[in-house]
Amino acid sequence: MPLSVFIVVLWMLAGLLAPLLPLHPEAIHLDRILAPPWVAGGLGYDDLGRPLLDRLLMGTATSFHVAALTVSISAATGLLLGSLGGYLGGRFDAVLVRLIDVFLAFPGILLAIALAATLGPGIDNVVLALSVVGWVGFARLARAQALSVREREHVLAARALGTHGPWLLFRHVIPLVLTPVLVEATFGVASVIIAEAGLSFLGLGVQPPAASWGSMIREGTRYLLVAPHLVLVPGLALFLVVLAVNLAGDWLRDRLDVRLREPRP
Amino acid sequence: MNEPLLEVQDLQVRIGRGPRAVRAVDGVSFVLHRGETFALLGESGCGKSMTALSIMRLLPRPAGRIVGGSVRLDGQDLLDLPERDMRQVRGGRIAMIFQEPMTSLNPVLTVGQQIAEVLALHKGLRGRAAESRVRELLDAVGIPDSARRMKEYPHQLSGGMKQRVMIAMALAGEPELLIADEPTTALDVTIQAQVLELLQSLQARYHMALLLITHDLGVVAGMADRLAVMYAGQLVEQATRADFFREPLHPYGRKLFEALPEMDKRGRPLTVIPGTVPPLDRPFTGCPFAPRCDYRMARCEAEPPPLHRIDGREVRCHLYGGEVHVPPAPERTAPDRPRARRRSDARSPETPLLEVRGLKVHFPIRRGLLRRTVGHVHAVDGVDLRIGQGQTLALVGESGCGKTTAGKAILQLLRPTAGSVRFDGTELTRLRGEALRRRRREFQIIFQDPYSSMNPRMMIRDIVEEGMRAQGIGRTARERHARARDLLLRVGLREEHLDRYPHEFSGGQRQRICIARALAVEPRLIVCDEPTSALDVSVQAQILNLLSELQRDFGLAYLFITHNLSVVGYLADRVAVMYLGRLVEEGPVAGVLEAPLHPYTEALISAVPRIDPEQRREIIRLEGDLPSPTRPPSGCHFHPRCPKAQPICARSYPEQRELRPGHWVKCHVAG
Amino acid sequence: MNLARLGGLFTTLLGVVTLVFFLIHWIPGDPVDVMLGESATPSDRAALRHRLGLDLPLYRQYLRYLHSLAHLHLGTSLHDRRPVGDLIAERLPATVELAGVALLITLAIAFPLGTFAAARHHTPWDRAAMTFSLLGVSIPNFWLGPLLILVFSLWLGWFPVSGREGAGSVVLPALTLGTSLAAILSRMIRSSLLDVLGEDYVRTARAKGLDDRRVLWRHALPNALLPVVTVIGLQLGSLLAGAVITETIFSWPGIGLLTIEAIQRRDYPVVQGCILFISLAYVGVNLLTDLLYRRIDPRIRTGTDR
Repeated sequence: MPLSVFIVVLWMLAGLLAPLLPLHPEAIHLDRILAPPWVAGGLGYDDLGRPLLDRLLMGTATSFHVAALTVSISAATGLLLGSLGGYLGGRFDAVLVRLIDVFLAFPGILLAIALAATLGPGIDNVVLALSVVGWVGFARLARAQALSVREREHVLAARALGTHGPWLLFRHVIPLVLTPVLVEATFGVASVIIAEAGLSFLGLGVQPPAASWGSMIREGTRYLLVAPHLVLVPGLALFLVVLAVNLAGDWLRDRLDVRLREPRP
Repeated sequence: MNEPLLEVQDLQVRIGRGPRAVRAVDGVSFVLHRGETFALLGESGCGKSMTALSIMRLLPRPAGRIVGGSVRLDGQDLLDLPERDMRQVRGGRIAMIFQEPMTSLNPVLTVGQQIAEVLALHKGLRGRAAESRVRELLDAVGIPDSARRMKEYPHQLSGGMKQRVMIAMALAGEPELLIADEPTTALDVTIQAQVLELLQSLQARYHMALLLITHDLGVVAGMADRLAVMYAGQLVEQATRADFFREPLHPYGRKLFEALPEMDKRGRPLTVIPGTVPPLDRPFTGCPFAPRCDYRMARCEAEPPPLHRIDGREVRCHLYGGEVHVPPAPERTAPDRPRARRRSDARSPETPLLEVRGLKVHFPIRRGLLRRTVGHVHAVDGVDLRIGQGQTLALVGESGCGKTTAGKAILQLLRPTAGSVRFDGTELTRLRGEALRRRRREFQIIFQDPYSSMNPRMMIRDIVEEGMRAQGIGRTARERHARARDLLLRVGLREEHLDRYPHEFSGGQRQRICIARALAVEPRLIVCDEPTSALDVSVQAQILNLLSELQRDFGLAYLFITHNLSVVGYLADRVAVMYLGRLVEEGPVAGVLEAPLHPYTEALISAVPRIDPEQRREIIRLEGDLPSPTRPPSGCHFHPRCPKAQPICARSYPEQRELRPGHWVKCHVAG
Repeated sequence: MNLARLGGLFTTLLGVVTLVFFLIHWIPGDPVDVMLGESATPSDRAALRHRLGLDLPLYRQYLRYLHSLAHLHLGTSLHDRRPVGDLIAERLPATVELAGVALLITLAIAFPLGTFAAARHHTPWDRAAMTFSLLGVSIPNFWLGPLLILVFSLWLGWFPVSGREGAGSVVLPALTLGTSLAAILSRMIRSSLLDVLGEDYVRTARAKGLDDRRVLWRHALPNALLPVVTVIGLQLGSLLAGAVITETIFSWPGIGLLTIEAIQRRDYPVVQGCILFISLAYVGVNLLTDLLYRRIDPRIRTGTDR
């Protein structure tokens, strides 16, 4: 298993377990305000004297929570709607295509910002805002894939055998649409992690007392010169996790491709 | 003629690295003289294309590499040349054309630009001089209106035209050697005839040597002076055309002849080559063909056969190594007359299983804001067919004539625009929903591409059982499993194959699985849509044998859709010929193939390359390409290309006339 | 361009406009509260509601909104009572400057990198280029921005920390904005070029005796860059959107910063105007690249005879 997958698993575990750990992200140590790691130990302390390590772990929980929920919701919605549209065609598909076009007419992050601003801060609203933006990409991918799968001869052969419609969809179309959607979902995790942190950076994401890597960076920028570790620590965590997820996505794609690729004469 | 132009010595090519590298070419040697045509004959994967690419030093990078041997052009070893000098040879002294004209031309450059590039590089011609030379070249390869065509992009040309452009491009450097790698495999048979004829005349005119790479015995018979048969990376036999076609020496070459479907072999199984080509990633301890060979001896497994020279021929086989008795080649001459087999060939059946009347499939062309219909593609435009119980009707035509669409429309996989399809008395076009779904078990389909016709995510067991489940055949899972196993055995596979996935099988095996899947619902009619055209000749024979056995055992009727006339002769009872959405002729197989009535059928049959090299027949050359089914020509659709066209042909579409019993034609001129 | 595409464009625009309208109207909290404060009397509030048309049924409000849009009225800022159109026009040059420089940086990095990586496929050069691009894709701009400020402004003092004064001020924001796009685009160019290099017509070009450089420049690149043109259009759109975060980091007085300021002040007409403007600009840019694509691809330009 490559290192990237290891980091991703570590991130997931930290995200799941952080709420259960005896962390004190709000504990204030007035004697350690802005203290860097090499002076105060751990990962250092912020402008209020709170321990960065504890806050970072709570931020991990936030990013994992948002990424897991958002990607599951948007990938599932996109997969179902896109496959149905591509497979059925007709009016349903026409409406779906229009809807996708309208959503794609917004640059993704802008729509998320607008939605987050509309819905107000809070972790559930972040998930909602990012899912509303996120499903479109999956739907478009699934639809394109379903359109090409529909033309494959095994679908025609199954129809010729008298196979029922739902069976056709769930046995012949969706399994073949699933692979690229799965790979895309991995990359989706990376972009959702960045998007959540970005919204929090703009002050539109999770609110105190919940911690987010994005809001930690935002708060840290004020002390950039005197205490750069406030920006470096959460930023590095964010960067490493996103990098690992992207690498894991490449790895997954290569692996799945091998299975999909069929020997041709 | 004494000094050879090209001399390939002990060529060794590996694909990949390490101990498992594929020995794609394994010690190939041959010579080629000026003005001579030398054919490399072999099935897919035998290394013939790799040999050709090695001569050009164009092996796929970085996987392929030449690890031994020499390639001498006029005595100069090309493998020693620095890349810079080799570029002078490529396109200059040696030119090459490829199998896929569709993808071999650059889509964003005009035809003229792509030819002029060669002129600038090898002839120093630029500007007006180059332009007029481009036009000369286009004229030479028979492209009309060259001034206009040279400014067009490849997508504006038909497949045959593109291959002509490729040839013009190859000629531009005035090469001494032209390598043609399956130059006509992607083309229709009438276009193939045009291109082969063109190659021959150009070769004579420019006194080029031609290295022809092909899998088609017929093409070799019509073109080659000498030939070599390639198997598993080695040349197993080399001979002149006359010698080889009189009597091939190597058992593999013999088998290739016997596996060819022909009308003469009707009613008896084709010879097959059992097994498959061996893996090439390890050295052979014996003869690579030994495991599949009928004449196998202990020696064949133990030591690689040396090259034996017999009367100016070369053969790599232990049979010719001294005192061993050489079995005579099976008799290939003296064809039996087609015997009447199961039932009368001559007449339409009285009570047809399938009766199609006036079948039309029109696809609307929509344009504009309101998606208004501005025209129709007349893919199928009034087709009548009858197939009796247990009979085979072949539907023959070139690509784009609508034969596949007709097949799908008959099975209601695509709803016809008009017409009636009666199956055993039931009108299928009126059936809907559940009623149609239930009825589907009686008519099945097998496709051309065995790769896309199975769901890669389903196991063979589930694929074969799918139809049983849909049609409620077999009450319990156990019953279905047992039946799936029996079916798999019946089509020549093994029980353990049930729990594997499609990608683990070869093309021929996949086609067997597709046949088992169709048989699982006990159909009475199977539409076979080009079921063997993606397969090698030896595998094709296996599938054809299986299909005719199943027909005998289960009384199946086949609608056999194909472009391959030799398969038709072997398998079909009746033949219908399709041109641009309509049938132009229908009749018993012997009548249609031996005494065709329609000029199109005549041309089609004459264009099929024959493996009988002595019998040089006149090929009826059709001008131009298949017209667009959006705007079919007036009158008889065929008249613009017809060598016998009369004024009336442009005015009215001919009525159907029965000129012989059960054999009718739609033509003003015939008879 | 045919009517069908024009019709499609129109429905897309209408969808965008409608979505933005409802988005803004779902905002919890009353714009009247923002304008008058919590202490206003009910009658004052009612009067203002009436003046703003907020007492009308939703569909009437929607029609009024469409009507004013059709006359290019984007409304008035609640904060300083100025027309939203003026505010946007004031901020537009800054955003255009930033996006333009960022695009130049993107192209200047992505083309050589992607082409080089593909031409040297399977070599350490390729791997190095792709590692760089992977890092670029993975680094969020709200972290890259502060890092660049730390190094180049605070430590080295080469560029100003923020604002838009002096020629150098655009460098860091543009670099921040351009890096991830360059990373994405170079990957895309590489994979597109690798696909094309495996095509039969590239083999044909080699068989003609052309050298590698000519094969690459004349035969492979033109084909490989065709699909990339469409991507560049999409990229330009994400430049506009990405400017929201980048402008916030660098206090760059563009439309992105205006949007965030308006969100913080709950200045709904400005938020609505900005989002609408950016989206329409995005649609416009994509339309232009699409038209450009149709001009340069001979397969579309000349239609198909067959």
